[in-house]
Amino acid sequence: MKIKIKDLHAEINGLKILKGVNLEMESGAVHALMGPNGSGKSTLSNVIFGHPAYDVTGGEILVDGEDILEMGTDERAMLGLFLAFQYPVEIPGVTVGRFLKRAADLHAGEGETKTTGFVKILREMMDYLEIDQQFINRYLNTGFSGGEKKRMEILQMLILKPTFAILDETDSGLDIDALKIVSKGVNKLRGGDFGALIITHYQRILNHIRPDHVHIMYQGRIVTSGGNELVDQLEAKGYDFIKKEFGIEEENDVESVANG
Amino acid sequence: MSNPLPTVEIEDYKFGFHYPDASVFKTRKGLDDEVVRAISQHKNEPEWMTDFRLRSLAEFRKKPMPNWGADLSDIDFDEIYYYAKPSENQSKTWDDVPESIKETFDRIGIPEAERKFLAGVGAQYDSEMVYHSIQKELSDQGVIFSDPETAVREHPEIVKKYFGTVIPYTDNKFAALNSAVWSGGSFVYIPPGVKVDIPLQAYFRINSENFGQFERTLIIADEGSFVHYVEGCTAPIYATDSLHSAVVEIIALKGARVRYSTVQNWSSDVYNLVTKRAVAYDNATVEWVDGNIGSKRTMKYPSIWLMGEGAHGEVLSIAFAGKGQEQDTGGKAVHAADNTSSVITSKSISKDGGIATYRGHVKVEEGVKNARSHVVCDALIIDPESGTNTYPYMDILSDDVTIEHEAKVSRISEDQLFYLMSRGMSESEAAMMIVNGFLEPLVKQLPMEYAVELNRLIELEMEGSVG
Repeated sequence: MKIKIKDLHAEINGLKILKGVNLEMESGAVHALMGPNGSGKSTLSNVIFGHPAYDVTGGEILVDGEDILEMGTDERAMLGLFLAFQYPVEIPGVTVGRFLKRAADLHAGEGETKTTGFVKILREMMDYLEIDQQFINRYLNTGFSGGEKKRMEILQMLILKPTFAILDETDSGLDIDALKIVSKGVNKLRGGDFGALIITHYQRILNHIRPDHVHIMYQGRIVTSGGNELVDQLEAKGYDFIKKEFGIEEENDVESVANG
Repeated sequence: MSNPLPTVEIEDYKFGFHYPDASVFKTRKGLDDEVVRAISQHKNEPEWMTDFRLRSLAEFRKKPMPNWGADLSDIDFDEIYYYAKPSENQSKTWDDVPESIKETFDRIGIPEAERKFLAGVGAQYDSEMVYHSIQKELSDQGVIFSDPETAVREHPEIVKKYFGTVIPYTDNKFAALNSAVWSGGSFVYIPPGVKVDIPLQAYFRINSENFGQFERTLIIADEGSFVHYVEGCTAPIYATDSLHSAVVEIIALKGARVRYSTVQNWSSDVYNLVTKRAVAYDNATVEWVDGNIGSKRTMKYPSIWLMGEGAHGEVLSIAFAGKGQEQDTGGKAVHAADNTSSVITSKSISKDGGIATYRGHVKVEEGVKNARSHVVCDALIIDPESGTNTYPYMDILSDDVTIEHEAKVSRISEDQLFYLMSRGMSESEAAMMIVNGFLEPLVKQLPMEYAVELNRLIELEMEGSVG
C-alpha cells in the first residue's frame, strides 16, 4: 500500500491545524512521526480516517493512487487502514468478543469467519499481549485502565491484520512493561506487506520499534524527514533544535489548545 | 469534512397490512348505555357483569381526562367503534379459524411460535379471541387459560372474587372505559404449586379502522406456583387513529411468581393507554417486562403492590420513541409490608423527534420496616430533534428504608461512531451497535425468543437513521 499525502490543509472549528502536509509512506516500512504537542500529529491521523469534526480545506490523500478524502471512515478502514486511538472510546454494553468478531467478519470479506477458529486466534493473541481472557466478555473499553485500553487497540490490530496501521501516541501514559507489550504487538506484524506510522512525542517507544523512516512535524507541516539519526538528534537537543535548524518563527500558541 | 450519510432504505412497519372488515357483528360508532348493553347481551353475560359495565360507563363519563402525561387531546370518543366480533366461534385449532384471520396470524408468525416455544396461545382479532389453546398436560394439572368471557361462564366464583379488585373501575378514566366495554383478553389460573415452565402467550391484533380494543386480563397465581405470560400486538396503518386500552390484573398469592412480558408494536396511529397492576402477597414475586416500540402515544406504568412480607417486585421498561411517537412509560412499586423489595429499571431511546418519558413512583407506607427499592433510568438520545423526560416520584412514609435512584441521559457521540467506523462498520451499523449495547443489560434478562424479537424490532426502527 502506498499512501501519499499532498499539501494537506485541515482545520477544526475554523482553527487551521494542518498547513500543507506532504508525506509519503509505503507498507513494508515503519515510519515514525514526531513533534511537540500541538504540532498537528493527532489531527493528521484523524484526518486520514475522516473524523467528522475536521474540515479538509485543501490537498489530497492518495492511497494506491486513489483519493480517499470523499470516502467514509468505514470505507477507509476496509482499504486495510487501521488507527490505534490515543484515547480509545468506551462502548458500554458491547462485549470485546462480540465487537471483535463483527469487525473480523467485516474484514474477512465474503462469508463470516468461523467462530471456533476466531476464538482460537483471539485467545492466542490475548495470551501474546498478556491480556486476561476475561476481557472477551467485558464491555469494550468500559472501565478499562489507560494501559488496558492501549493493549486492546493492539489486540484489535493483530486480529484485523491491517496493511497499514497508524498508532496515535499509543505509548503515552504506559509504563515500561506495557510499552514492551505494545511494541511486541507491532513487531509481530512487521515485515512483509505491513506498514505503520508511529506517532509519538518521545523517542522511548522507538527504542522498541526501530523505525525505517522518521518525520518531524512542526506547526502543521512536516519539516524534515530522515532515518533513525533524527531520533537521536531530537533526544540530544530537544525540539528547539528543529526550530533553529529550520528557521521557524514562533506562531501564536492557539494551536496547542486545539490539539486533540 | 463529514461522512456521507448511509443510504439505507427505511423499511416500513411490517405489520401495517389489513384485510377487509368482515366482522359478523359490530356496534355503531360512539359509546352510550345501549352500546354497552349490546356488548353484554352479545356475550350472554350474567346480570352482575352487565351492571358492572354500566356502573363503569357512568364513571368513565364522570372522570376527567388526565391532565398530565402524553397529549391525548386528539382522541374523539364518538368516532370509535367499541366492539367488533370477527367470527362466530372461537377455534381450538388454526384450521378452524376463518381464512383471512388465519393468514394474518401466519404473517405475524403466531402458529409457528406456538409450535416452537409456547405452552398455550390465545389470539385476539379486534374484539374477540378467535383462537385459544393450551397444552393438555397443563389443563390436566388444573391450569386454566381462556378468554375472560369463558371464565365468567365457567368459573364465576374465581372471577367474582378477583375481577376488578386490583384495578377498580374507579381507578382512572381509561380503566373505567375498559371496565365498561371490555372484550377478550386472557384469564389465567395456576393451581397451587404448579410451575408452567414454558410461556403462555396472547397476541392482540387490531384489523378494523377507527377501532377500540379493550381486552381484559386477569392472572391468578395460586400459592407457590409459577407462570410466564407473554403478550404481543400489532395493527394496520390507517389514516385515522385507533385506541387500545387494556386492563391487566395480576394476583400472586403466597410464594408465587409471575412474569409478564410485553412486546408492544402497535402501528403509529394507535393510542395505547393501558393500566397494569399486580398484587404480591407473602414472599411472592412479580416481574413486569414491558417493551414499548410502537404506537402513537403510550401511557403505561406497570405497578406492583407489595402486600405481603418478603414480597418482591421488578419492572423492566424498554421504550423506543421514533418519529411522531410519545412513549410515556415507567413503573410503580408500593411497599405495604415489611421486608419487601422492588427494582425498577427503565431504558429509553428517542430519535427522529420522538419523546420518551420515564414516570415512576415508589411508595413506602407508614410503619413498614426494611423496605428496599432501587430505581435506574437511562435514556439514550439519537439526534438533537428528540427528547427525554424523567419524573421519578418518591413517597416515603417510613424511616426504615433503603432507596436508591440513578438516572442518566446519554447521546450517541460522534467519537463513538468514528471509533466503530474506523473498524469497518457503516454509520448505521455503528449506531445500531451502540443502541444494542445500551439495551444489553436489560435484554439479556429476557428469554431468548423475546430478546431476538425486541432486537429485530429496534433494528427496523433504527435502519437508515443516524444523526
